[in-house]
Amino acid sequence: MFARIATFATVLLLFPALWVHAQDKKAEPIDMAFIKHETERLPKLSNLTPPTKDDGTLGGEQGIKDSNATGRFLGHKYSLENVVLSLEDNVMENFNRVYDKGVRLFIFDTSADDLLAVADSEKGKQALFFNVGSPDDILRTEQCRANIIHITPSYAMLADALAQYLIVKKWSDWLLIVGRRDADRKFANAVRAAAKKFRGKIVEEKTWDFGPDMRRTAASTVPVFTQNIDYDVLIVADVVGEFGEYLMYKTWDPRLVAGTQGLVPRTWHFTHEQWGAAQIQKRFRLANKKPMSGKDYGVWAAVRSINTAVTRSKSTGFESVRDYLLGPKFELAAYKGQKLSIRPFNQQVRQPILLTSSRALVSVSPQKQFLHEVSRLDTMGYDRTESKCKLSERS
Amino acid sequence: MNNLFVNYKALAKTMIMTLCALLYTGVANADLVYVSNEKDNTISVIDTESLEVIKTIKVGQRPRGIDLSKDGKLLYICTSDDDRIQVLDLATHKPIGVLPSGPDPELMILSPDGQFIYVANEDDNMVSIVDIAGKKVIAEVQVGVEPEGMGVSPDGKVIVNTSEATNMAHFIDVKTREVFANVLVGERPRIAEFTKDGKQVWVSAEIGGTLSIIDAATQEIIKTITFKIPGVEEEAIQPVGVRITKDGKRAFVALGPASRIAVIDAEKLEVERYLLVGSRVWQIAFDPDEKRLYTTNGTSNDVSVIDVEKLKVIKSIPVGQYPWGVIVKKT
Repeated sequence: MFARIATFATVLLLFPALWVHAQDKKAEPIDMAFIKHETERLPKLSNLTPPTKDDGTLGGEQGIKDSNATGRFLGHKYSLENVVLSLEDNVMENFNRVYDKGVRLFIFDTSADDLLAVADSEKGKQALFFNVGSPDDILRTEQCRANIIHITPSYAMLADALAQYLIVKKWSDWLLIVGRRDADRKFANAVRAAAKKFRGKIVEEKTWDFGPDMRRTAASTVPVFTQNIDYDVLIVADVVGEFGEYLMYKTWDPRLVAGTQGLVPRTWHFTHEQWGAAQIQKRFRLANKKPMSGKDYGVWAAVRSINTAVTRSKSTGFESVRDYLLGPKFELAAYKGQKLSIRPFNQQVRQPILLTSSRALVSVSPQKQFLHEVSRLDTMGYDRTESKCKLSERS
Repeated sequence: MNNLFVNYKALAKTMIMTLCALLYTGVANADLVYVSNEKDNTISVIDTESLEVIKTIKVGQRPRGIDLSKDGKLLYICTSDDDRIQVLDLATHKPIGVLPSGPDPELMILSPDGQFIYVANEDDNMVSIVDIAGKKVIAEVQVGVEPEGMGVSPDGKVIVNTSEATNMAHFIDVKTREVFANVLVGERPRIAEFTKDGKQVWVSAEIGGTLSIIDAATQEIIKTITFKIPGVEEEAIQPVGVRITKDGKRAFVALGPASRIAVIDAEKLEVERYLLVGSRVWQIAFDPDEKRLYTTNGTSNDVSVIDVEKLKVIKSIPVGQYPWGVIVKKT
């Protein structure tokens, strides 16, 4: 017996490749796909670096690397297929193609409409989707789906995070300037709701309709536009960045700018280094020669959520992974100083929101003055009683 | 009259000298607490009699984990941003050299024979084995992502490392330098601490909020302890530092932003009570006779002193910025 073991050991020593091969063969695959769709081609406004067309894919790669480091010890092999689609490409067709290969775990960076159409399709109903693209509140309040988990924070969460900070600072009178796009109106709606929720006051609201290119005209238009208004902070709703940057330092009165520009609520920023974040920032920058974007963080978090569910449920089967993710035990360590979990009624991931200026972390919401019976994170975004969604009654 | 005056003077002189001698003996006999301050690159030295900082020593960048040489003459410091271990002579309180460590060393532990340092390298997923005499990294063991906590069995045969992003305690055979078991614990595990009899390994998990008690022989989890503090939200309870008394009867666990130390009955494996200390309490250390416990409180920039018998916090001592590691040296 002993001799046999010794012989086997010798063979392994002599042929290390055999050993590697044996391990590889044993590894169970967990396959995912990241589907990213270009939703709008924007005019080039300045020479600032715009997000790349494949923004998010590097975050996915980092997530796979981290997950396989765990998988190596447990016989799991994670993979992620990147499907980067142009405006002309059809999301449904591409989803079907990947689905037919056997993939059931999808990370989606598309419009809310495309996400819903795919999730409601016959094949889509057999899959699980992580939304990393759409912050639309409607996906969390009316159009919730049992097979969609929202990683990306909603407009309401972002606006509430900002509002909490402004209220704590006692800067409670706001001038709201809203851009001409649909997304701008959605963010503005969230700001109005936040004002009501946290007792801020929108003293005046204005729509920006001076056209997109502000670079040469801002100095003359902005002062007049903001004249004779008594407010503490200018809140701007300009999601794609057409004019918001050019409001700063040009208002009639010396006032701060916050919202989509200025002091910005977001899920991730390169200046965030607390709670171990310095480690993933460093790891990501070393591998990719660029900082981790919010989209990268979202895709990374989706991959790691799947990794956590596989590891904790000790199973690679789709149903058991999905059930673990949607069950009460799921929690994710994601460099935010506390575990992230899922709101059962609309499947939005609870998360602290960073408030950042262009090169500094200013604060992290929820602010400690705001309390909640379930989780202080639920002071941000639509709560159970405010959402029409009742995906699950568990807490 | 003149004579008498002289006598007074002499008497005063003698008194002062005696006082000085007394004071000096006091200092010399007191144990010293060493605290690494992550954000201002210093080590604070606390005298255990006066409970005051008697010296602040400038060291390398971002000092975190610290440990003493077995003879108590040297202090090893993980200077994380310098990617090496700095060696401090405790007789002179001067840095006398460096040891290699691999990138971004965070926590380390000495082998029981004092010949090797086992150090976790956060940036490249390795545990490095450093030969102290040869000043060389002699082996590296691949572990999970963001390795952190390091424990070594009292017989020196097994190292346990935790990996923060892989959520495992990796058991490493010192002889073969290979991982032989991986135990899945709570999210973001931090510290691995063996009981003195070598039978159990206690692993704290910061984000999971748990303490896993692992049977060292079978690598099975015996019990997972959770914490509940009235008035403190669950997310703030983040276990980090763990220390167990030599007799195995009691243990102390630092709970991070909850700013509490949990006192645990180490036989029943149940929480006895919570002690309020400074904010974001990170690491803890006993003095050599286990009469007192010292805690580093990261965001209040102080050290709390706990009377172990009475289970009372008796003092907080301001130190440097972001105190991190702590160890007590017997004199």
